[in-house]
Amino acid sequence: MAECVNDSDTERPISYGDYIVLRRGDVFKSVQIEQKKKVIFEKQWFFLDNAVGQLYGTMFEIEAGGSLKLKAAKRTGNSVGNEESKEAGQDNRHIVDDGRSQKLTRDDIETLKEQGLKGQEIVQQLIDNSTTFKDKTEFAQEKYIKKKKKKYESDVTVLKPSTRLLAMMYHGREPGKICHLRYDTLAQMLTLGNIHAGSKIIVFETCAGLVLGSVMERMGGYGSVIQMYPGGGPTRAGMESFGFPSHFHDTLHEFPMCKVNALLAGTLELSEKDVDSQASGNGQSDSSQETLGVLEEKSSKPQSMEVSTDPEEETKRAERERLREQRAQEKKVKMEEKRKKLASAAAQLEGRNADGLVIASRFHPCPVLLGMLKFVAPSRPFVVYSQYREPLIECYTKLREQGGAISLRLTDSWLRHYQVLPNRTHPMLLMSGGGGYLLSGMTVAAGTSKSKNQQKSEEPAAKRQKLDEISPSFGSAT
Amino acid sequence: MSFVEYSEFIQEGDVVIIFLGHDSMMPIKVQSGAQTQTRYGVIRHTSDLIGQRFGSKVTCSKGGWVYVLHPTPELWTVNLPHRTQILYTTDIANITLMLELKPGSVVCESGTGSGSLSHAILRTIAPTGHLHTVEFHAQRAEKAIQEFKEHKVSHLVTVRNQDVCKEGFGVSSVADAVFLDIPSPWEAVTHAKRALKCKGGRVCSFSPCIEQVQRTCEALLDHGFEEICTLEVLLRVHDVRTVTLPLPDFGPEEGSTDSTQMASNVSQEEVSKAGNASVICRTAIPPREMAGHTGYLTFATKPRD
Repeated sequence: MAECVNDSDTERPISYGDYIVLRRGDVFKSVQIEQKKKVIFEKQWFFLDNAVGQLYGTMFEIEAGGSLKLKAAKRTGNSVGNEESKEAGQDNRHIVDDGRSQKLTRDDIETLKEQGLKGQEIVQQLIDNSTTFKDKTEFAQEKYIKKKKKKYESDVTVLKPSTRLLAMMYHGREPGKICHLRYDTLAQMLTLGNIHAGSKIIVFETCAGLVLGSVMERMGGYGSVIQMYPGGGPTRAGMESFGFPSHFHDTLHEFPMCKVNALLAGTLELSEKDVDSQASGNGQSDSSQETLGVLEEKSSKPQSMEVSTDPEEETKRAERERLREQRAQEKKVKMEEKRKKLASAAAQLEGRNADGLVIASRFHPCPVLLGMLKFVAPSRPFVVYSQYREPLIECYTKLREQGGAISLRLTDSWLRHYQVLPNRTHPMLLMSGGGGYLLSGMTVAAGTSKSKNQQKSEEPAAKRQKLDEISPSFGSAT
Repeated sequence: MSFVEYSEFIQEGDVVIIFLGHDSMMPIKVQSGAQTQTRYGVIRHTSDLIGQRFGSKVTCSKGGWVYVLHPTPELWTVNLPHRTQILYTTDIANITLMLELKPGSVVCESGTGSGSLSHAILRTIAPTGHLHTVEFHAQRAEKAIQEFKEHKVSHLVTVRNQDVCKEGFGVSSVADAVFLDIPSPWEAVTHAKRALKCKGGRVCSFSPCIEQVQRTCEALLDHGFEEICTLEVLLRVHDVRTVTLPLPDFGPEEGSTDSTQMASNVSQEEVSKAGNASVICRTAIPPREMAGHTGYLTFATKPRD
């Protein structure tokens, strides 16, 4: 793949292997371009091969047979029904719903489609054959056209992936996979975490890699990201969808959550033996491959004993032997790579001087936050996402007790979209509550005083007294 | 210290944020020999600040103490000297994400105002991006230039003192994103279009009134912008509290109608002695009053030329 350091200045055409985002209206889908790969988007299937060589941001039409064709002139669609809309009714007092206003039957429409008529032409046909269209108000006509267009037109725009597109896509299509993290909440996380080029950020997420990807985008390949992962390995599908150039991946480290205690205690084993045992536990594919090889070996043995004189069999045996050795070698290399990776991630963490911490997972955030905060330098922001408020209340309380963090804020945001049209401006849909909650704060140097004292002195005296006064009176007031 | 790069220790000339506790902060410029008065006593820069680690606790003369923090655009936003109304972090976060800003982005902004958003943009686009910001008020423009210098980000920004509605941004076909926070953004839409790259880009306009949004959207549509979308984001800050809920006394009775039992998930310890039984409960209270409206954010995409 051709890499450009500053892709915003260089125009690189769409090529095979690229991760792209398809858009129609406000629906998105992320795919990787492969030769002759069938893609299903918005109930239509097509091949992306014709997009290769074109520039990002190009709009295509889907033709019969699933090939893409460059959409010739943009915004020709706006002219649909324009002549008609000169004639419009004032209100709907004479419009009766008898179910017979459309003269085309379902079969007629199917035939039109089979004839390979363009979406735009079908919409025009529907308008021409609607008896009530002319009586509709201008606004109703516009709405009718918009609705039909959405159904029959088959434009697809190929876009370069970005946090905005992928966060909106995940939220729209698979919110469960990203713990219902809404894009405005993700935006808060990246800003509150002061994510920027050159810093060292710890990320723990179970949001399919979306949060990781968005952090990496903001780092622009400068600095380092340490992904903490639960279980066998990190999840990165969302991050892969960004299609970062390869040098971005050099800045990404991974560290298994289950080794955090060992690292903190200084007992983390980075010898080969240790990694061996870990790999046999995690890398199942490796070990199963091995047993397969062994089995093969065993079954072939008696056979080869009998006809050991056969030179052909002999060469086959030698070939097998060679393959087995090669596999063992490969495994060794893999193991060594894994050990190196672990060692480099451990080295990143050991300094305990990370510049930020971002947590967004389905796990209870409290132990994660308290554990990970130990790796963060003082005077650095951290931000924790949870779909639920209660676990963050617990985090807040524990952090207050423990000290080492200030400016704690528990927040959620409220997002409202607007329809803005001449004489028809109003809020579109309410999206309250679903965006999740954030706990953010700033680390500070842990005082020398004991934790009990620390708790007391967390806030300056005057404020603390006030708070203490408030809590009991709050309960008894009512 | 720089607004685009963390450092470990405080140096002469740095801007540091003094954290006085619970949303009370002040920015100071570190100068050897200088002193700063706080309500916990005096801070002597040479002995108390220079050479100290960011995030450490500093004991003031009256025995009180404060934390010294590394500046960030977010801390700056709540501490900066206001010369105009400013944008706050909630809106800034959404503007940054929806304009797809990242290291290397070239951004045009107008007006510069007090530089709240400017600092956040600079943080995000560093080290290879650039901000072209336009402010028609000469004194404000001058002050912004001075601040960017003090904050060690002046290499990333060009401030122009001109009227964006008449003279534009002073650049053409270079920007990935344009941000407008001016009274009549519709008059700057042509200039925004010109400033954006040929391959297209994103634009955002911030307006408090819906009539402004209406006119802006019309202008955007007329100039061929796509994906026009207006939204509003509000932040709710919850106050974490421990509240005590008294339990009613149903009078003596054998059997199960003990109200302490009806209050579920309450451990026995939390229920105080007979007479005034109550349950202690930790909760988060939404603000009694909150910012209900800052402004509408209108976003759009300029398609490829």
